[in-house]
Amino acid sequence: MNKTNGHNNEAILSLANNLRWEIGESFHDKLMESIFANATTIAQKSVTTPIEKPTFSFDRALDRIVTSPVLGFPMMFLILAVIFWLTIEGANVPSAMLASLLIDTFHPILKDFSLTIGLPWWLGGVLIDGAYLAGAWVISVMLPPMAIFFPLFTLLEDFGYLPRVAFNMDNLYRRAGAHGKQALTMAMGFGCNAAGVVAARVIDSPRERIIAIITNNFSLCNGRWPTQILIATIFIGGAVPAHLAGLVSAGAVVGIAVLGIVFSLVVSWALSRTVLKGEASAFSLELPPYRPPRVLRTLYTSLIDRTLIVLWRAVIFAIPAGIVIWLVSNITVGGESIAEIFINWVDPVSLIIGLNGVIILAYIIAIPANEIVIPTILMLTVLVTSMAGVGSGDGVMFELDSVTATEDILMAGGWTLLTGINLMLFSLLHNPCSTTIYTIYRETKSVKWTVVSTLLPVVMGIAVCFFLTQIWRLVVGN
Amino acid sequence: MNNRMMKMIDANKCTACPVHNVGNLKKLGINMKNYDYVVALAGNPNTGKSTVFNNLTGLKQHTGNWPGKTVTRAEGGFEYNSSKFKLVDLPGTYSLLSTSTDEQVARDFILFGQPDVTVVVVDSTRLERNLNLVLQVLEITDRAVLCLNLMDEAKRNNIKIDERQLTKDLGIPVIPTEARQSVGMQDLINAIFEVASGKFVCKPYRFKSKSKELNYAIEKLSQEIKEAFPDIPNATWVALRLLEGDQSIIEAVGTGELGNIKQVNTSLEEIKLKVESI
Repeated sequence: MNKTNGHNNEAILSLANNLRWEIGESFHDKLMESIFANATTIAQKSVTTPIEKPTFSFDRALDRIVTSPVLGFPMMFLILAVIFWLTIEGANVPSAMLASLLIDTFHPILKDFSLTIGLPWWLGGVLIDGAYLAGAWVISVMLPPMAIFFPLFTLLEDFGYLPRVAFNMDNLYRRAGAHGKQALTMAMGFGCNAAGVVAARVIDSPRERIIAIITNNFSLCNGRWPTQILIATIFIGGAVPAHLAGLVSAGAVVGIAVLGIVFSLVVSWALSRTVLKGEASAFSLELPPYRPPRVLRTLYTSLIDRTLIVLWRAVIFAIPAGIVIWLVSNITVGGESIAEIFINWVDPVSLIIGLNGVIILAYIIAIPANEIVIPTILMLTVLVTSMAGVGSGDGVMFELDSVTATEDILMAGGWTLLTGINLMLFSLLHNPCSTTIYTIYRETKSVKWTVVSTLLPVVMGIAVCFFLTQIWRLVVGN
Repeated sequence: MNNRMMKMIDANKCTACPVHNVGNLKKLGINMKNYDYVVALAGNPNTGKSTVFNNLTGLKQHTGNWPGKTVTRAEGGFEYNSSKFKLVDLPGTYSLLSTSTDEQVARDFILFGQPDVTVVVVDSTRLERNLNLVLQVLEITDRAVLCLNLMDEAKRNNIKIDERQLTKDLGIPVIPTEARQSVGMQDLINAIFEVASGKFVCKPYRFKSKSKELNYAIEKLSQEIKEAFPDIPNATWVALRLLEGDQSIIEAVGTGELGNIKQVNTSLEEIKLKVESI
């Protein structure tokens, strides 16, 4: 059929050519014009619109505020701050309850049970003090904040606020040579970087999509807030008068989050001018009408689709990490545990960047899930400073009942205000967790970009901590 | 008492009416084996395609109030009147005449995936603008259903739409819905079934241009295409693309591939895979 038609086909093409020539370049415009004209005629016959549009003016009035050049950004930070605050405040009590249930109640029961059935001490240690505790920690630290943050964020999304954020941020990202929609993926990253990386699919251009994926890690994720909040409370809140402590430490956390946005802009700018050169592509962003959010449906989808899936992945990754923590603190070489040997070895180097060996080891062990950084740091500190009377034995992750007790341990470990600030910065600027690294690989299918996204933030974190420490020591002299 | 009786009678009438027979619908989720009909969901961004999709299939695709949420095709199934339907949720597009990749996925699927029914979901509060896409879809396929979604918002804004007039003008079933509240879904399913099974024969509106030379060119060219490729249902569309100078269609005509839909189909599967893997 193809062959017999060959001649005909040529005739069609040349006819098309001639006709195209006759109509001229305006073909597309003329075609669109007639489609528009037809649509108008049809619509006019069946649609009756009121002369006044009362509800439209509500949308417009709201848009005038949330996308205004003056109020847009403050509103954005305020809304984010309120969501963070609700998450932080709301998660405290259920977190403590979960921790007391899973760690204070179930853990001893499991320990006793393992003794009763005569499990070898090392097997009981690996399974119960390692794997079980790591999983329990991730659930009690991660589940409550996510169960509050994701529904709140999804409600905001359902209401129609996200396109306004993109509208506000678009210009900044465009000037940085990235896609305006990166503002959306950045916002998703505040919940979970892995989710933010997946969300980068909305960006068509591969170049801009990779920029969005690499810089997503600069959005402070759920797993890193507990670290930020605890350290800010102890060291920054502790450095100011008591009545200002809460406000100042909350401000410090928001400050770190904003710093993350600044870093994402700077890195996007640098990437789009070096390895990922190109023009920012234009896109049209339609601001949808505000819609009353469907609360129940939102709760369901955000709890089932987001919270539980993200939590499940974190638990999967945390369990082997718990085993590793138990092993490195219990396997000894020449009287010292592997953990202690490593800490003593990296301590001198890490002091140059204002951190310490414990923090470095904790970050290496906690690559799978950032949530377990603080428990790991505390446990390792106790191990090294050999404080008597705290914790429940070598290689057991625990969290102390009060902030003061935590502070005592950290002070005993030689921590200063500088260590605290550096830990906050390093928590913002370090490699993504393994879930995110895996997601980056799945989305980019490229080892190269996965490695870049993993190492770039670490290098930046080390550099920033190094310079801050040197300047600090010059100025403060400590 | 009387009122209650009336209500009972009304309720009985409703259950007896085939249109409201909810029991007929079986949500099949992702189980789409041995389907009888393929249904495509097209429409402008952020008109609620994914919400309609979730309603019909029982799946829980993430929905969000921002354009461009659906990034890849989602597929699901449902059963109605003992026919099985495979439903394909396409990325939102403003037009089928541009060259961007997301719009290409939607356009290629409607053109070459040959869905049995294409449901165009439109935002009732912005009907005029949305109709531009509807008219383009009607140039490609003659089996379509118009889903006037977000009717609740239209009501809120005192916008009234005469759907009978619209049905008459467009020549396809027009169903008002409020997908977020699952209102009108039964009518939509029924309309899809009627178009798919041939009970409702669409007489799709074909647009006319004011420009005589444009009309002449389209007419003449599509006549030739119809003669060369009698099997393809959308000669006018091919003519439009040729006049526009669409390279892929020029090639498809030149090699005669256009006549062999199956062949085009496989190459398009490859294109889709590429698009999804980027």
